[in-house]
Amino acid sequence: MTHVITDRCVMEGSCVEVCPVDCILPAPHDADFESVEQLYIDPGRCIDCGSCVSACPIGVIRADSDLTAYQAYSIELNAEFYEQRSAE
Amino acid sequence: MTASRPRVAVIGAGPAGAFTASLLRTRCDVEVDIFERLPTPWGLLRYGVAPDHTEIKTLADRFEKETFGRGCRFIGNVEVGTDVSHAELTNHYTAVFYATGAQHDRPLGLLGEERSGSLSAREFVFWYNGHPDYRDLHVDLSGERAVVVGNGNVAADVARILVRDPDELSCTDIAEHALHALRHSAIREVVILGRRGPGQAAFSHAALRELSELAGVELCVDPADLALDAASSRWLAEEASFTARRNVELLRHLADRRPEPGPDRRITLKFLRSPAALNGSDRIESLVVRRNEIGHVEADRLRGWESVGEEETLDCSLILRAVGYRSGPVSGLPFDEERCVLPNDRGRVMQDGATLVGVYAVGWLKRGPKGILGSNKRDAEETVTRFAADLDSGILPIRPTHSSSQLDQWVASRKPTSITVEGWHAIDRYERERGQAGNRPRLKLTSLSDLLATASGVVG
Repeated sequence: MTHVITDRCVMEGSCVEVCPVDCILPAPHDADFESVEQLYIDPGRCIDCGSCVSACPIGVIRADSDLTAYQAYSIELNAEFYEQRSAE
Repeated sequence: MTASRPRVAVIGAGPAGAFTASLLRTRCDVEVDIFERLPTPWGLLRYGVAPDHTEIKTLADRFEKETFGRGCRFIGNVEVGTDVSHAELTNHYTAVFYATGAQHDRPLGLLGEERSGSLSAREFVFWYNGHPDYRDLHVDLSGERAVVVGNGNVAADVARILVRDPDELSCTDIAEHALHALRHSAIREVVILGRRGPGQAAFSHAALRELSELAGVELCVDPADLALDAASSRWLAEEASFTARRNVELLRHLADRRPEPGPDRRITLKFLRSPAALNGSDRIESLVVRRNEIGHVEADRLRGWESVGEEETLDCSLILRAVGYRSGPVSGLPFDEERCVLPNDRGRVMQDGATLVGVYAVGWLKRGPKGILGSNKRDAEETVTRFAADLDSGILPIRPTHSSSQLDQWVASRKPTSITVEGWHAIDRYERERGQAGNRPRLKLTSLSDLLATASGVVG
């Protein structure tokens, strides 16, 4: 289980501030903050606490078990973002 | 009169202004008055974000809580530069924050682009979102094809609204006049023109994928457009963003897909194309499109493009120009004509190389029209940090403290129809109530007179 940021994210950033394990990136001070289109949760590090869900002002973070078919695409997207980021 | 806290003014109640006001209340011990040209707050969140992006619209609840809920005052229907001057504001406030955004369009530079049938995407967006200045805009949906010039997220929004099943829009806060017009629209195809190649498409991946998944709409791309030149292929492999790689992958998948029978509406993506000329006497009849190629690489980015002479003519009755916004000068303040921003150093407004003490910029007016909603929060943090340092250092002039009722009298003397937060709340409640019957989040009031009448129903 992990939480997933779906693709309506507007990068408001409250989730980054509340995440207890800092597994939501990029943070506002990161070099790639301006070049990405949304924030992503690292599925390998998410502890599934759900703090980000209540912090998100527009309700676009969900548990991976609670996604519509359209949103489920974001599971792969969040994971792939971290794969590519760590490869760079 | 209570003595006190410095009072500051935020000009513009859009996302940049809202994030700024919120931070000013939490980080600094100041009173905040938010001035807004329109009777309603939240700027492009209300009038820019597409109505079918309903989750994003709920950011308004957070803005409401973090601004008016924290004691910020709303001074709506008051335009700085017209109703009150910058000089007057500096007499009343310790600091003034300009967050007026980008209210103009970048032109295409084609002869006749102001002709009937050619609109900026901004005008069309304001029309379907019920902006009071655009409710009477003439939008010609009588032809079968519309062309959108530019392939960023605004282009995706306008194309989607044009071809999406109107029934799917009927549960959103789209303006009633727009929903009615879309139900009677003859448009069956929207062509989106991108100046550069598929690797440089400006769409976010989310926006492109959304177009590819629309019910009853086929997203078409010509496989020939996806053949990448050597420079683009190398760039895609080595330099391109996560978004660009994902977009090219999706575009290839779409190009390979066999067309399915069924959809009677389509969006066609064309790459490496620029508009060359508009045809039609008093209204648009067709658009001549020129083919480009990626010309050269500058630094690590693909930039160049040049015509190779191939042209085609697209019949169309509507052209939407979605090639970007532009800020204009603020009356009484300097303006950087080249970058189209209020000249500033990390938010402190500059004039002739010196800081204009007590004047700040934030949002698109500060950094140019780029970034997404959340970018404004980081931007506001930068500006508010400078202000907090200036306040601590004592360089800001402390104005004679006027009470809020004295300020209200001053505003009322300038603009008798100004709107307070209670007036806005009356509008908000009324719109939400009107929406309930149709299962819509709200049904917007779209005329200035209705907005003012509803607001004044409780103010008095």
